[in-house]
Amino acid sequence: MNYQTHEFTYQRCPDQTVSSPARHPVVIVGAGPVGLALAIDLAQRGQKVVVLDDDFRLSSGSRAICFAKRTLEIFDTLGIGDQTVAKGVSWNVGKVFHRDALVYQFNLLPEPAHKHPAFINLQQYYAEGFLAERAAQLPNIELRWKNRVVAVDNIGSGTTLTIDTPDGEYAIIADYCVACDGSRSPIRKLIGEESKGQVFKDRFLIADVKMTAPFPTERWFWFDPPFHPNQSVLLHKQPDDVWRIDFQLGWDADPEEEKKPERVIPRVQALLGKDVEFKLEWVSVYTFACTRMPKFRHGRLFFCGDSAHLVSPFGARGANSGIQDSNNLGWKLDAVLRGIASNPLLESYATEREFAADENILNSTRSTDFITPKSEISRLFRDAALSLAKDHAFARRIVNSGRLSLPSSYLNSSLNTLDEAAFDGGVKPGAPALDAPISRDGVNSWFMSELPSSFACVVYKENNTVEVTRMDTGASQNFVASTEWISRYDAAPGTTYLFRPDHHVAARWRARDASKISNAVRRALGQ
Amino acid sequence: MLLNTEPNMQDFDAFYEALIESHRDLTTAQSHEMNAKLVLLLANHIGELDVVRDALRRARETTLAAQA
Repeated sequence: MNYQTHEFTYQRCPDQTVSSPARHPVVIVGAGPVGLALAIDLAQRGQKVVVLDDDFRLSSGSRAICFAKRTLEIFDTLGIGDQTVAKGVSWNVGKVFHRDALVYQFNLLPEPAHKHPAFINLQQYYAEGFLAERAAQLPNIELRWKNRVVAVDNIGSGTTLTIDTPDGEYAIIADYCVACDGSRSPIRKLIGEESKGQVFKDRFLIADVKMTAPFPTERWFWFDPPFHPNQSVLLHKQPDDVWRIDFQLGWDADPEEEKKPERVIPRVQALLGKDVEFKLEWVSVYTFACTRMPKFRHGRLFFCGDSAHLVSPFGARGANSGIQDSNNLGWKLDAVLRGIASNPLLESYATEREFAADENILNSTRSTDFITPKSEISRLFRDAALSLAKDHAFARRIVNSGRLSLPSSYLNSSLNTLDEAAFDGGVKPGAPALDAPISRDGVNSWFMSELPSSFACVVYKENNTVEVTRMDTGASQNFVASTEWISRYDAAPGTTYLFRPDHHVAARWRARDASKISNAVRRALGQ
Repeated sequence: MLLNTEPNMQDFDAFYEALIESHRDLTTAQSHEMNAKLVLLLANHIGELDVVRDALRRARETTLAAQA
């Protein structure tokens, strides 16, 4: 499938001909990466999902390009992790330039003893394409293209959606509805809500450029370079010989003018040199905002991804945090649909992910303030840090051209059971599982692959043996822990971790105790 | 730990002389740049964010008070 040109077909569905609106347990609005990830998660759990999308194509242009380790781990659970990593570009070396000089370079070697690298670069249409292909394999998912929601009635017992199609309008009722419909979220507007926050007075030009010139696979960031004075420029590589270049333009730039090839090509030539041949793949001019909705949950209607929160692109926290939203909501909706949890668990989606959004917005705002100083004094300190960074190691830590997206730890979540025994580090309740090598039946593998899609009790026994028990079926199996696993979990014989279905830690103890474990499961279900 | 505002140096006259001397022949813009670097260097040396915050607060408040 050519992900950039593929057109999905609109099909008339039986819901369009019935006299009273059909009812569905889950309706997801938006077949972008977040909506598709959530649909796959729910379908794999046995839930039937209808996905509505107003378009009939995947993402145009590359948009999100940096997929972090936690996203790759979640993609593993959705069945597309390996192909995503195989297609993506891994880079380790980053260089930071100030004016005409290299200030410093860093090497982000993959953290040893983890299955996945810290991040890969990949065009969004590939990630979406992989998700769309996976979704098509799951009979529980019904994708409806060219289905545009034009009215929402979010009453207490469900959400009625009026949908416009090439065959006219029809309505359905969703027991639960999830808006994954992007930063301009029509659903958000239709219920009269807003995403509020800070809009940065700056414009950036993104050019995706195809070239075969032998440029190193590195991330280069320039502050105030001679070829683009007073502004910043970022260059990094994607698959298929495509390079992403971000040019800061300033607030006064005319977005329509700046998009024209005759304006873009000289900028790219100034960076690459006159002799390098290249082709423009995609060009866009954008402004940033760091905004979020006050509440991600409105009764039975949920907001996931950019519809709920928006960050500036530095630090790759948009798509990555959206995928984490879907990972947080999937198991909770499933538990409620199965009747083993209710309102408090749904509310915990909002509190956990609103906390995560604040964390992402904080990091993203800090990066943006460094890259585009808002005042003379802010710029003075920025340049002072850059100037010191060449010869002073500490100042390199101040230089902020985007901080790597890390998953949020829900340390204050009401779903956690607080530690009653002492741990020296390990993985705290609320934090996501840490990967480590393990072996099972003599075959080397990874801990993340051992965690099931249900609650799981993981007990470190003796002789490096670890028992993993699914809490839903009671089935258990053993693996052999590596020294990295033992140290990452601060494990001693008896150490017991309870993982949630999204692989965050719910509780941990120094000895296995069945009644404490079942209390902790109940707590993590909001009971 | 809070910022130590009690005398903490042996020879304040020598310090002050060194401070002024270090700005000799700099333009005002260069002096501002130098001061910014000095803040970063000293803050890193102090190392404790609470102490640095206390210093930032005192510097800001006395500045605002002086202009009130």
